[in-house]
Amino acid sequence: MTLLLVLTSLILISIAVWQLTKILELSKPVDFENSEIATDNDNDMQGKFMFLFLIFIYALTIFSFFQYGDVILPESASVHGENYDRLLWFSFSIIFVVQTITQALLHYFAFKYRGNKKRKALFFADSNFLEGVWTIIPTVALAGLILYGLFTWVDIMTIEENDEALVVELYAQQFNWKARYAGEDGVLGDANVRFLQDFDGKNLVGIDPTDRNGDDDVVVQELHLPVGREVVFRIRSQDVLHSAFMPHFRAQMNAVPGMINQFAFIPNTTTQDMRLRPEIVKKVRKINKIRFDKSEVLTANGDFPLDPYQFDFLLLCNKICGASHYNMQMKIIVDTEEDFNKWIDEQLTFKEFVQ
Amino acid sequence: MAKKNNRRAKIVGTDIELDITEKEDVLIESHDEDHDEHHHHKETFITKYIFSIDHKMISKQYLITGLIMGIVGIAMSLLFRLQLAWPEESFGVFDVLLGKWATDGVMDPNVYLALVTIHGTIMVFFVLTAGLSGTFSNLLIPLQIGARDMASGFLNMISYWLFFISSAIMLASLFVEAGPAAAGWTIYPPLSALPQAQPGSAAGMTLWLVSMAFFIASSLLAALNYIVTVLNLRTEGMTMTRLPLTVWAFLVTAIIGVVSFPVLLSAALLLIMDRSFGTSFFLSDIFIQGEVLHYQGGSPVLFEHLFWFLGHPEVYIVLLPALGIASEVISTNARKPIFGYRAMVGSILAIAFLSTIVWGHHMFITGMNPFLGSVFTFTTLLIAIPSAVKAFNYITTIWKGNIQFNPGMLFAIGLVSTFITGGLTGIILGDSALDINLHDTYFVVAHFHLVMGISALYGLFAGVYHWYPRMFGRMMNKNLGYIHFWITAISAYGVFFPMHFVGMAGLPRRYYTNTNFPYFDDVANINVVITLFALLAGAAQLVFLYNFISSMFYGKKSVMNPWKSNTLEWTAPIKHMHGNWPGKIPHVFRWPYDYSKPGAKDDFVPQNIPLKKGERELQH
Repeated sequence: MTLLLVLTSLILISIAVWQLTKILELSKPVDFENSEIATDNDNDMQGKFMFLFLIFIYALTIFSFFQYGDVILPESASVHGENYDRLLWFSFSIIFVVQTITQALLHYFAFKYRGNKKRKALFFADSNFLEGVWTIIPTVALAGLILYGLFTWVDIMTIEENDEALVVELYAQQFNWKARYAGEDGVLGDANVRFLQDFDGKNLVGIDPTDRNGDDDVVVQELHLPVGREVVFRIRSQDVLHSAFMPHFRAQMNAVPGMINQFAFIPNTTTQDMRLRPEIVKKVRKINKIRFDKSEVLTANGDFPLDPYQFDFLLLCNKICGASHYNMQMKIIVDTEEDFNKWIDEQLTFKEFVQ
Repeated sequence: MAKKNNRRAKIVGTDIELDITEKEDVLIESHDEDHDEHHHHKETFITKYIFSIDHKMISKQYLITGLIMGIVGIAMSLLFRLQLAWPEESFGVFDVLLGKWATDGVMDPNVYLALVTIHGTIMVFFVLTAGLSGTFSNLLIPLQIGARDMASGFLNMISYWLFFISSAIMLASLFVEAGPAAAGWTIYPPLSALPQAQPGSAAGMTLWLVSMAFFIASSLLAALNYIVTVLNLRTEGMTMTRLPLTVWAFLVTAIIGVVSFPVLLSAALLLIMDRSFGTSFFLSDIFIQGEVLHYQGGSPVLFEHLFWFLGHPEVYIVLLPALGIASEVISTNARKPIFGYRAMVGSILAIAFLSTIVWGHHMFITGMNPFLGSVFTFTTLLIAIPSAVKAFNYITTIWKGNIQFNPGMLFAIGLVSTFITGGLTGIILGDSALDINLHDTYFVVAHFHLVMGISALYGLFAGVYHWYPRMFGRMMNKNLGYIHFWITAISAYGVFFPMHFVGMAGLPRRYYTNTNFPYFDDVANINVVITLFALLAGAAQLVFLYNFISSMFYGKKSVMNPWKSNTLEWTAPIKHMHGNWPGKIPHVFRWPYDYSKPGAKDDFVPQNIPLKKGERELQH
């Protein structure tokens, strides 16, 4: 439906432009002006188009918010994410106001002062007052934004490790993620790519077999996190740059070979609770409708239908890393503390796994 | 031939002003015929059109090479937009153009990445750096400052030919067995360093690096030439505060280039070392394809620092010439002096200075120390101040003007519009905290395409429409120009405005398809809309190409100063000749923006007209 609407409007716009220029050409008296310099007629027409273009920009903005507003990420599922969202929407409201006003001035002036032979432009070359105004206003506004932003940034990036925090290693390779939990001792064993081939390749993230801290480490392919507890991520890569991007938690940090990067957050919503949020229910319904329509086509062609979709948090790769970059993801499940403990107890430790 | 309209022209070199009615074309032509007779026997086809040392010819060479690269770059974007809108569908056009890289007409993921990479490289460096700055710096610096040619015509020729070699190598890299470079235009190692990581990092990446080495050499030679020319060859009376803003922009752009391009060269050389000679500048602890590599102790983050030390100033290398062109075109067509000339110069200088100390904002989440992130946030957001000053000054320039909507003017106003829209989202992305969740999403793609891609392209178009008569002696068709502008303007917003929403949905860039897992299924229809607008925008450029080529042969002959502009380039005869002015070089007596000056007979007073008795030279 949208497609059809857009197509029609595109065609109509093109026809309108084509026709208008044609009218313009025909309406000119023969030999009135045989150069390619804008005439009063041109100025009048193009000035009016400028005004229409202003309306187009506003209409596009409103249309996009109404039509596409629902694809925007849902409210954050982490504690710091709430501050992040507040800063984001605060900044957006400022730039939105500036955008609305400046585009209006630009296009309205272009329309209002469209030239003709009788008009004389005002010789107005400088005004210290005006220059001062639009130097000082942005400076004040930006000073506010910079301060607000920096407080938020420092708040997010300061990792105060405590014994309560859960330490998880995110391990990136072409083209999947693995996660390693520190186990009962709470300390991740040393690791390096040199150990990857030990134990016939069962040493999935290259834990140093001589480091006893690594014995109780748990390596998994699906990330489970307990709600309400600080998680400190240590992020590694074994081959090229990757980026651990967890959009629902407003969290991202690159995975750099040869380096261990860190990021920390406190998840505040379980996967179950998230699935019940109205905006998620709506989003899932919309996606399932799309998938259902696709499945109908597929089954008609004798293929299998698509599975119905259920919401899950995702860890995505967000740094170009090769051919399958687009599919390098891992499911994140946020559980209650008990469910999380139950789950991690079921997992094999590194020592158990390699034996 | 004779025109009915009344115009004023100058017989240059004699400093006599005449009113000429119905004779000017004849006059200009006869002038040129003399000139041709005088010079023809000295010039062969090769010295005139190929190894020319004349800045006007070199500027045309830059423009045409840039446009050809632009066709390739834009065509590539249309190909990958098709894939994004209809993922993994079979297209005949893929079959034809991509051959073995599109089995049954379905694009291969590696080719998708290659197209994205080469599109970025070509558009940023070959079209918007060489094609825009190369063309107009060459054309306008000598003509607007009143010089016979560049300080060194020979170096100028060399710089074009290095650019040509670089373009040829880049295009040749499209045809190597394993495909061209595909690590993104930022070519971060280790992906770009290891052929095991992706096929494009084999011979394709080698050619990319060699091509860029030539490109950097070319741009350094050109930039040094521009700087020396502007500083030394200004005509009498052309003080720095009487320079047109175009020349200011070109001068400052050249300085940024000289400061930052060598750093990219060092990054490229070190990467070549790592790739071919076993060093470990950027590589450490790597296990790939079942093998532990010997590299130890290097850091990819070092490469990112070196790359962005050029990469960010590069944005302004692209943008400042476009803004300079906009200043000139807006002032001329608004028939008003540019508002706040000194503030404009000041903001160009401020932007240039700040542009070299903000590169870290591309690296907030690379593992760089968060304290450095704070510093870069601070410097980055400061750039908004001079940018805001420029935007408001443009708006004030058209306020109470007498706006002549020539196609160049439309593009210049379009530039201000996209510069604002794209620039504002920079305030979001430059904030380290907000960058965490928007980094490398489509929000970034939307932001930089509007603020530097589209804006700079508009600057290029504004420049072409405005100075076409000066370059080719003929006018481009204005109605085709109008069609070109409006379709482009509508589709540019149609492409990049909805793209912000795709980014805010959390969709990472450089994904071959967005529907491989269900979470982003609901942005699929936005992608279709974006692609349709992109195709429309592509089609509009055909109108431009047709207009550009056909006007060269069939366009209406231009008069000497069609836009009634003040700057010196319009006082020189249009036809190809060395030395620009047949007689003496004109002297300059005033700034270039005396439009609609009270007390003047016309609404423009060219720079070479002496001040009248009692006339004050404002602004200086």
